[in-house]
Amino acid sequence: MAGDVEEYLRPGVKTPFCPGCADRILVRLILRAIAELKIDIDKMLFVSGIGCAAWIPSPHFNADTLHTLHGRAIAFATGAKLFNPELITMVVSGDGDLAAIGGNHLIHAARRNTDLTVICVNNMVYGMTGGQVSPATPMGIFTSTTVEGNRERPFDLCKLVAAAGAEYVARYSVGQPSPLVSSIKKGIETSGFSFIEVISPCHIQFGRRNRLDTAAETLKFFAGKCLMKDEAEGLSPEELGDKIITGEFSNGRDQAD
Amino acid sequence: MAWKEVRSALPPGNYYYSGNEAAAEGAIAAGCRYYGGYPITPSSEIMEWIAVRFREVGGVFIQMEDEIASLSSVIGASWAGAKAMTATSGPGFSLMQEGIGYAAMTETPIVIVDIQRAGPATGQATRVGGGDIMQAKWGSQGDYPVIAISPWSVQEMYDQTINAFNLAERYRVPVILLAEQAVGHLRERMDVREKIAIFNRRKEKGAAPFGGGDDGVPPMPAFGEGEKLLVTGSSHDDYGLRKVADPLVQARLTARLHNKIVNNREEIIEYEDYYAEDADVIVIAYGFTARSSLFAVERLRREGKKVGMIKLKTIWPFADTLTRDVGSRAKKIFVPEMNRGQIAGEIMKYTCCDIIPYNQTDGEIIHPTTIMGELRRLL
Repeated sequence: MAGDVEEYLRPGVKTPFCPGCADRILVRLILRAIAELKIDIDKMLFVSGIGCAAWIPSPHFNADTLHTLHGRAIAFATGAKLFNPELITMVVSGDGDLAAIGGNHLIHAARRNTDLTVICVNNMVYGMTGGQVSPATPMGIFTSTTVEGNRERPFDLCKLVAAAGAEYVARYSVGQPSPLVSSIKKGIETSGFSFIEVISPCHIQFGRRNRLDTAAETLKFFAGKCLMKDEAEGLSPEELGDKIITGEFSNGRDQAD
Repeated sequence: MAWKEVRSALPPGNYYYSGNEAAAEGAIAAGCRYYGGYPITPSSEIMEWIAVRFREVGGVFIQMEDEIASLSSVIGASWAGAKAMTATSGPGFSLMQEGIGYAAMTETPIVIVDIQRAGPATGQATRVGGGDIMQAKWGSQGDYPVIAISPWSVQEMYDQTINAFNLAERYRVPVILLAEQAVGHLRERMDVREKIAIFNRRKEKGAAPFGGGDDGVPPMPAFGEGEKLLVTGSSHDDYGLRKVADPLVQARLTARLHNKIVNNREEIIEYEDYYAEDADVIVIAYGFTARSSLFAVERLRREGKKVGMIKLKTIWPFADTLTRDVGSRAKKIFVPEMNRGQIAGEIMKYTCCDIIPYNQTDGEIIHPTTIMGELRRLL
């Protein structure tokens, strides 16, 4: 399966990602969704902000890429998409970029239901700048700026974006490749605002500060936390604890059917 | 070259427009078909005019959630192939600074109209100011090129907005129309010619989009043309590939960005000379203040006084050669400004001539009689 996305990778590019980074997995999963849809990648535009996740499309993807200012990827993408609606436009950026500094653009694009597919790569931390707390960091987690554990509640990004009016909203982890690829395909095919939160753990900045010494341990930790939506149904808040619920939370196409 | 003559969007003739309306029409005439904006006094009429007129000429208008988003969307649209603009005033212009630096670094042609009001901060939103001169050049981090133009009339709001788009497309650079509230809200006659000359960005399939040519300006493809573009605000090589620790790449890029404007400045810089040839005292003025100055200079000339005026139409890049020349001829240079001496300081960089600044920051225009009184004391 890995071979079929090779043609979509920019030739000669050395990946800047750390060994074991989950974003490396996501590079291929996004491209696999595009390959399965048989989209001509020259018709696509990939827009990203600042941070590790922003480097997923730029420079890895052999397509038009726009690597923008911190937090502003969705606003840049809005201008390009509105002027040329033929561009199949995808935003790939991190939780800090899209939900903290760029939070305003995120909710307004969802409100407008702009035809973009936004992949929010959630590593729950500012990875590139040294592992500071983000608005998606769970409570109690140690980061370089929460040395006694995070005391702030994180956003439930899917609820936030669904409430703002997005057409399609889903959350999966890189450890759930099959439903994630299907979800990215649905996001691209949805006309309107699609938001896919991808749990993509950072073992360097998140894992090592929280007694997860290797990439494998970090991935396993999150695999154990992720629960499919139907599995979570009927569980009490105590039973749910700090589980991460994955699945589709808003699907405009289903509602239309 | 990519110059061509097109028919004006407005039927030729005389119009009685405000400066803000004229800027909107100038943009449409130049081929602007994307506008992202956010309301702010005293520039909002530009956005409102565009919102109506784009429905007639087929442009894309969106009111964004803030000025940061407005400018970001404008840059995105420009790379999608649009001639794109936004308009704002002081507080919004401050929010746009990071985006202006990004546009300069990525060599994105965009036009920003800044209808200056009395600052600092919220200041006096409906009153006139001219305090954004240095911000237009130095507002974002690092050294980067911009072109800034200062119009003094409704006619120039129209003509110079067209010029702003031509310069942006010609040099792949952000161009700022640094107008003042007094010009934006001025209402007077404006002439529209049938044909106007416009420049459309050069395209060359497969060419390095950040490589520069003989004049330092590379061709610019658009998204969707199969060029597999890498556009980034990080330091990059000729093909846009990020090179964030290579001293040679950084040195070459920053030098080229600077030189493509500075080396072409004789072609970019425009000014007007009024009686300066044999004058002992020369006024250097721009924008609305140049109107008041010209009135004063013409009165004093009728009295036989040797006084003249240079009207700066281009603010950035600064007219250094002109300033040197004027400084070598004049006994004194009088510089009236609606700020605390931003251009006066710039003039001092290029001449040892006696510079007399006059600074008024009370939210009012500088009256012709004020300038006349000041000049009488110098003559």
